[in-house]
Amino acid sequence: MAQAFARKMANDGFDLVLAGRNTDELDAIRRDLLVRSPSCSVQCLFFDAMDMESHREMIDRLSPLPEVAACFVGSMGDEIAARCDAGALALILRSNFEGPANVLGIVAKRFEDRGSGTIVGISSVAGERGRKTNYIYGSAKAGFTAFLSGLRNQLQSAGVHVVTVLPGFVATKMTSHLSLPPALTAKPEAVASAIAKAIRKETNVIYVKPVWFVIMTIIKAIPESIFKKMSL
Amino acid sequence: MSSNPIPNGRQERVTGWGRYPIVETRLVQPASDAELSVATRSDGLVARGNGRGYGDCAVGKDASVQTLALDRFESFDPETGIVVAQSGVLLKTIIDVFLPRGWFPYVTPGTKFVSLGGMAAADVHGKNHHVDGTIRRWIEWFEIVCADGQIRRCSRTENNELFEATIGGMGLTGVISRIAVRLRRVQSAYIQQQTFVAPNLAAAMELFDRHESATYSVAWIDCLAVGEAMGRSIVMLGEHATITDLPVDLRDDPFDFPLRKALGVPFAPPISPLNRFSIQAFNSLYYAAQKRKIGQSLADYDSYFYPLDSIHDWNRIYGRRGFVQHQCVLPEERSREGLLELLQFISRHTQGSFLAVLKKFGKEEGPWSFPMAGYSLALDFPVNYNIESAYAALNEIVLRHAGRLYLAKDALMGRDFAHDSDHRLANFKMFREQHGMKQKFASVLSERIDL
Ligand SMILES: Cc1cc2nc3c(=O)[nH]c(=O)nc-3n(C[C@H](O)[C@H](O)[C@H](O)COP(=O)(O)OP(=O)(O)OC[C@H]3O[C@@H](n4cnc5c(N)ncnc54)[C@H](O)[C@@H]3O)c2cc1C
Ligand SMILES: NC(=O)c1ccc[n+]([C@@H]2O[C@H](COP(=O)([O-])OP(=O)(O)OC[C@H]3O[C@@H](n4cnc5c(N)ncnc54)[C@H](OP(=O)(O)O)[C@@H]3O)[C@@H](O)[C@H]2O)c1
Repeated sequence: MAQAFARKMANDGFDLVLAGRNTDELDAIRRDLLVRSPSCSVQCLFFDAMDMESHREMIDRLSPLPEVAACFVGSMGDEIAARCDAGALALILRSNFEGPANVLGIVAKRFEDRGSGTIVGISSVAGERGRKTNYIYGSAKAGFTAFLSGLRNQLQSAGVHVVTVLPGFVATKMTSHLSLPPALTAKPEAVASAIAKAIRKETNVIYVKPVWFVIMTIIKAIPESIFKKMSL
Repeated sequence: MSSNPIPNGRQERVTGWGRYPIVETRLVQPASDAELSVATRSDGLVARGNGRGYGDCAVGKDASVQTLALDRFESFDPETGIVVAQSGVLLKTIIDVFLPRGWFPYVTPGTKFVSLGGMAAADVHGKNHHVDGTIRRWIEWFEIVCADGQIRRCSRTENNELFEATIGGMGLTGVISRIAVRLRRVQSAYIQQQTFVAPNLAAAMELFDRHESATYSVAWIDCLAVGEAMGRSIVMLGEHATITDLPVDLRDDPFDFPLRKALGVPFAPPISPLNRFSIQAFNSLYYAAQKRKIGQSLADYDSYFYPLDSIHDWNRIYGRRGFVQHQCVLPEERSREGLLELLQFISRHTQGSFLAVLKKFGKEEGPWSFPMAGYSLALDFPVNYNIESAYAALNEIVLRHAGRLYLAKDALMGRDFAHDSDHRLANFKMFREQHGMKQKFASVLSERIDL
């Protein structure tokens, strides 16, 4: 998803900074972007969402401060192990919630001081209601969604906008071992275009595929007494 | 995500573009070189690009390793026009990225929704085969994951035997991971088109001969016309339009043109609406309409090369049971007689085909690539109760005239016909055995015709 978004933004004329922990991968993405959009400039930075102490320094190295900051970091982790293993639990919570919240919090402060900017956080519909199959991942995403909502509220008056992305199913590395229902599954390119549009139009929350809004509205409306007996 | 073990893929019912046959296979979609090397550890697998091969060539015996997530460009040299990219990059992307800068592929099939790897593996030809050959000529080098798990770089000077064998090797020599291919300079996104009407087959062949130096030439043939009119065709020639070919208002922005709106076929009807009557009516109307267009015209590249691409999922129009394509080539000296026999059979015994394409090829290249000097005829038929016997009857004519079929299109020929019509396949099989490829790389096609 992050790669598709980078391609979209480069194509729309933005210069880019790619941040991630796999530097070879970042460099390959950079080379691809430069062939596709030869006039854009692309820089790579090492970034580990888990290493929260390092985030401030990474943001300090951004010059100039970008217009848009988007965080795609996330990990399913080992959901089963995380039910009774502190390490596995911390990995999910940190990579989906704490890490992204920490780095975006630092960016938010800079954007606020400048008085402009857009922050994009990729959360998940899994955070809308905890289900037995992935409630640890889901609760991390729920935390992140709440964080983004509060951040939006806080930065509103400073002229900084926050976009929350709740993609339904997306055909990516994360889901390539699953048979996803085609009607509910978006392509990364579609997610990228939807995010770019949300940035332009200052939309608050997007689902990419509208059907997910319907599905989640229904799922959220089910009374807990019934929901607890269901297998979704 | 990161903690995911490298995916082994999932069981899926997979087909080619003809939606026939449908086969259950393990579909793996590696997203990096590392994942590709894991995905190629098992046996009985074949690479899969964008599934535009018609039959079962891109369906693995046990597993199909789809390359579409390997879609990165690596470099482009504007001096030479050589682009290096991963094998899952689509031709459409190459055109979108490079045409605005004045570059176009040297060879393109009739759809832009093919991957680079698929183009190399089928050694695709275009309407300019008689001038520019197949894609082989324009591939500088590629890297391939071999049966022993090694990645080898192949070119005309490095691992040359594998280079020659892989281009046109239908994925049966390994999985290509990246390719360097040369693009051509063009001045615009337009094609200067010249259209002729040929009242019968002899006239069509005469037009191909007379216009041998035209860059692009192809004919749409009315395969249901009989008697005097048998083989009546619309012959279309084309050249890349130069700036001065364009009307003044297009010269400022020669790479821009209004995009066609894409249509779609949302589902496959249970019974195909295409039958002898609708096809005959379509053919007559089309022929009459084209007749009025005789002469010169300007077409944007998209409607010229890819008329069907604007109808997404047009393959569904043939109904739930799918369709097959029969594309053969006959040697030049046997072409006239052979084509007449094929047309005779089609008009008498089948419901006809509304996509019927006639093309004169240039010389044969490569150890097992499809084209040879002569004429190629391509026809689509819906799958129905008599398809097998009709297909076999066509093949009998092809065999008698020393022709052969295009593996990227075929879904039906049997082992004996395949080897009788194309003696090169025995060498192909031997080559595979010698290099330990037979066990490792196997498609439904290679099993069916024993490669
Ligand atoms: C509308 C239409 C028009 C067409 N017109 C033409 C035409 O004019 N001329 C022509 O030559 N062909 C034509 N074709 C056929 C098409 O060009 C070929 O079948 C091409 O191989 C499809 O590419 P793909 O990426 O979809 O490959 P797939 O269909 O997925 O695979 C095709 C073959 O390539 C192999 N392959 C794919 N990727 C790799 C890889 N990375 N490494 C090794 N092997 C690989 C597969 O194993 C398989 O054998 C047409 C097809 C359609 C649907
Ligand atoms: N695919 C879906 O159906 C779906 C649905 C809803 C939400 N989402 C969310 O969408 C986002 C993007 O996911 P995706 O589908 O594109 O899957 P993905 O390819 O696995 O993307 C996740 C990205 O997060 C990075 N990451 C994980 N932990 C990190 C860390 N500690 N430090 C730095 N980077 C780290 C990964 O980098 P590495 O390459 O280094 O591992 C990877 O690039 C995620 O937040 C995911 O939860 C996905």
